[in-house]
Amino acid sequence: MRRLLPLWIAAIAGFTVIASNFIPRVLGFGDLVTEMFNVLAAVAFVLGAASIAKVHLTKVSAKRPGWGYSVVTLLCFAATLAVGFLKVGVAPAPLTPDLPFSGSYSEPGGAIWWIYEYLIAPITAALFSLLAFFVASAAFRAFRAKNLEAGLLLGTAFIILLGRTAASAYLTGWFPPAIEGLKLENLSLYIMQVFNTAGNRAIMIGIALGVAATSLRILLGIDRSYLGAGE
Amino acid sequence: MLRFLQTLDRRWIFLAMGLAVALPILFEARFPEKPTAVAERAFNTINNLPDGSRVLLSFDFDPASEPELGPMATSLVRHCALRGYSMYFITLWPFGPQMIADKIREVLKEDFPHLVEGVDWVNLGFQAGNEAVMQQAKSDFLRTFPRDVRGISVTQIPMMSGIRTTRDFACLIAVSAGYPGGKEWVQYVVTPERGSATPLKAVVGCTGVQTPQLFPYYPGQLDGLIGAIKGAAEYETLVNDKVEKLNPGAPIPPKYQEAVRRMGPQLVAHVLMVSLIILGNVIYFTSRRRGGGA
Amino acid sequence: MSRQTIIWALIGLLFVGFISFRALAGRMGRIYVEPKVQAFEEVPADPIPWADQGDRPPRATWNPVTPPAGAIDRRGVWQETDQSGAKIIGWTSWREIKATEVFEARAEALRTGGREPESRLSWPRTIGLWLAALFTLAAFSFLYRDNPFYKFTESVVVGASAAYYMVVGFWDVLVPKLFGALVPWVVREVVQPTLRDPSLADRLAMAAALVLGVMLLMQLVPKVRWMGVWPLAFIIGTFAGLKLFTFIDSDLLGQLRAATAQSPLVVVKELVPGQPLGTGEMIWQSFLASLQNSLLLIGTVCTLFYFFFSMEQKGAAGRVARVGVWFLMITFGAVFGFTVMGRVTLLAKRFEFLFDDWLWLIDPRGVHQLVSTILGVVAGA
Repeated sequence: MRRLLPLWIAAIAGFTVIASNFIPRVLGFGDLVTEMFNVLAAVAFVLGAASIAKVHLTKVSAKRPGWGYSVVTLLCFAATLAVGFLKVGVAPAPLTPDLPFSGSYSEPGGAIWWIYEYLIAPITAALFSLLAFFVASAAFRAFRAKNLEAGLLLGTAFIILLGRTAASAYLTGWFPPAIEGLKLENLSLYIMQVFNTAGNRAIMIGIALGVAATSLRILLGIDRSYLGAGE
Repeated sequence: MLRFLQTLDRRWIFLAMGLAVALPILFEARFPEKPTAVAERAFNTINNLPDGSRVLLSFDFDPASEPELGPMATSLVRHCALRGYSMYFITLWPFGPQMIADKIREVLKEDFPHLVEGVDWVNLGFQAGNEAVMQQAKSDFLRTFPRDVRGISVTQIPMMSGIRTTRDFACLIAVSAGYPGGKEWVQYVVTPERGSATPLKAVVGCTGVQTPQLFPYYPGQLDGLIGAIKGAAEYETLVNDKVEKLNPGAPIPPKYQEAVRRMGPQLVAHVLMVSLIILGNVIYFTSRRRGGGA
Repeated sequence: MSRQTIIWALIGLLFVGFISFRALAGRMGRIYVEPKVQAFEEVPADPIPWADQGDRPPRATWNPVTPPAGAIDRRGVWQETDQSGAKIIGWTSWREIKATEVFEARAEALRTGGREPESRLSWPRTIGLWLAALFTLAAFSFLYRDNPFYKFTESVVVGASAAYYMVVGFWDVLVPKLFGALVPWVVREVVQPTLRDPSLADRLAMAAALVLGVMLLMQLVPKVRWMGVWPLAFIIGTFAGLKLFTFIDSDLLGQLRAATAQSPLVVVKELVPGQPLGTGEMIWQSFLASLQNSLLLIGTVCTLFYFFFSMEQKGAAGRVARVGVWFLMITFGAVFGFTVMGRVTLLAKRFEFLFDDWLWLIDPRGVHQLVSTILGVVAGA
C-alpha cells in the first residue's frame, strides 16, 4: 500500500494534466490538479526555508566550525520572517484602511521592503557580479586554441564579443556595401540565427526526447527513483 | 617576462576587469546604438498591435539579473504605455513583485500619471508553481491570479472583465532570467496557440545566458527576442526614437538611457576579454615552442 | 609589521578618511524623503462598489479626505472621528525624492526666508544604503581572498532570502488560495474583503492540498519522513504530465517544423512583393536565404547525428558527426560570448551603485547634482 499508492497518485495526477490538453471535459480536473500543485509549490518554499533553518540550528547546537555564521543566518532568518508575517511598517491598502494587514508586504517603507532593498538585492547582485571576474580569469588561463574545434569556439566568441558592442563599428564600420555582410555585427547576428540556432535546436530536440521518455517512465511507474532508495 | 605572465596572480586579472568596467562608468563613456533587425522586429510586433490591446507582462527575474533585464523592462512598459495598451503585470519569481513595483513607480506613476490602476494597468503579483501556473493561466486566468496586490479580487477589477484565459491577450511580453521564464512561456502558452486563427503574439526579453537557447524559437514560435543588455540598448533606442518623433526636441530622461549607458563598460570589458584570451594563447604557444608546455 | 601591511593600512585609512569627510559634509550616500499624509473617511454600507457579496452585509467604503492639521507628526496608523461622527483612518507614507530637489528647496527657503521644505533625511534608508554599499564591498573582498566579511555577508543573505521566500509564499499564495478556500471568512477580515465564496470543488481540492502540504512538511521529521513521499509523488507526477506533452509539442514537433516546413531549402526572395523579377540582386538574396536554410538543416541533422552515441562514429558517419561537433563548438562560442556580456552587465550595475548612489562621484540620473565629474570631486573634496 505504502509503495503502490504513490505510484497511483503520480500516474493519476500526470495523466489528468495530459488529458486536460485534449479533452475539454477533463479541463476542470486538470485545473484543480495544477491549483493543488501551485499551493504545494508555495508549501515547498516553507519546507526549503525550514530545512535551511534546521541545518543551521544543528550546526549551532553542535558548535561545528563556523557556527557563528549560522547564528547570523538564523538571526536574519527570524527577523525577516517576523517582519514579513506581521507586515511591520506597512500601511493598510487605501481601499480598505480598516484592515491593518491589507497592505502589500512589499510596500516601500515597510520593514521587509527595507530588508529586500538594502540587504537581499544588493548582496545577491554583488555575489553574482563576482562571476565577471572569474570568467575573465578563466578566459586567460583555460581558453587555448589547441585544435580546430577549440579555434572555432574562440573565433565565435571573438565575433560575438566584438560584434555585440560598438567595437564592431570601429573595426568593420568602414567595410564597403559589397562586403557589408562581413561586418562584425552582421556576422554575429548570422552566427546566432544559423549556427547557434542549428546547434541549440539539435540540443533541444535531444532534450525533448529525453524529457518525454523520463516523464513517461515516471507516469507508468517504471522509474521509481523518487520513492527513495529504501522502497 | 614569459615566466611572469605564466605565473601571473589572478588578482591582477581581477583588477584589470574591475578597471575595464569602472573607468568607462566613471568617465561616463557613451557609444551610439544601431538597432539590429531582431530588435526592430520585437519593436514592430509590439508597436503594431491594435489600439487598446491587452498585453500580459510577465516579469520573471530578480535582483541578480536586474542590471540586464531592468532597462528592457522599463522600455517595454514605456512602449506599451505610449501605445495605450492595457497592461497586466504578473510574475512567477518570488522577487518579481519588487521588479514590477519598480517599473510601475519609475515609468507609469512618474511619466504616465493619467493611467489608472485597475483600468489601464493592474499588478496581479506573484504565484508559485512555475509551469503549472502557465498551464492553469492558459485555461483559467482568473483562478490562477485571483486578486491584485492591493487585495482586490479580480472580479472587482474593471479591466479584468473579458479576460478568461491567456487567449484573451493580444500579446505576451516575458522578461525572463531563467527558469521559469521565456522558454516555458513559449512551450506552455505560446506554442499551443500557434495553429489558431489569432495566435497569441509573444516577445521575450532575456539575459545573455538565455539568449542563445531561445534563438531556435525565433521567429517560428516567438515574434520578438530582445537578448541581453545589447538587445535592451537597441530596444531603448527604438522607443526613444519613437518618442522623439512624437515630441521632437524633448530631452530624454536619463532613466530611459540606462541600457545604452551600460554598453560603455561593456565595450571595454569585451575588448579586455578578447585581449586576455589572445594573451593567454600567445603565452601558451610561445612556451610550447620553447619546449616548456603550459 | 611588514611593509606591505603598512602600505595597505595607509591606503585603507586614506579611503576611510576620504569617505568620512565627504559623508560628514553631506556630499554622498544620503537619501531624502517627502511625507504624504493619507486619510480616509468611512462611508457606511454603500453596496455598489463591493458587489458580489453573497448574503454578507455590505461593506463600508472609504473615501479619501483632507487630513487634519498636524497629522503629519502622528506615528503609525491613527484613527479619529470627525464632527459628523464618521470614522477617519490615516497614516503618513514617505516617498523618496531627489537630493537635488531638497537642496534647491532649502536654498530657496534660505534666500527668501520662506518655510523650510517638509522633506527630510531618511535615516533608515540612508543607513540601509550604507549597509548595502559596505556589504557590496564585503562581497568584492572575496576576490582578494576568502575572509570573515565575505562569510558574514553570505550568511546574512542566505537567512534573509530564505525567510523572504517563505513570506512571499505565505502572503501571495497560501493566504489567497489555500486559506481563501478553507477559511474565507478569516481572509476577508484580514486582507481581502472582496474574496468570493469558494466552490465545493475548490474547497475539496484545497483540503487535499493542505493534507499533502502537511505531509510534505513531515520531511523535516525523521520518524515520519515516509509521509513526504505521497505529496512528492503528486508533485513529480504532475510535473511529468506537464513536461511530457509540452516538450513533445513545442521542442520536438515545434522544432522539427521550424527546421523543415518553416525553412524551405530553396527560397525565392521577392524584393518587391508580387514581382519576382530575375534581377541579380534577387538571385543573390534568394541564394543567401537558401544557403542559410540549408546550413540550418545540415547543422541540426549533423549535430543530432553526433548525439547518437550508440552508433560507432567511423567513416562517413564519423565525418557527419564531426561537422555536428563544429556546429556545437560555434554554439558554445556564442553561449560564452553572451554569458560574458551578462556577467559584465551585473558588475557594471554594482559599480554604478557604488559610484552613483553611494559615493556621488557620477550623476547620470541627475538626482544629486553636487559633484558631477571626478575632477569636481577632487576639487570639491
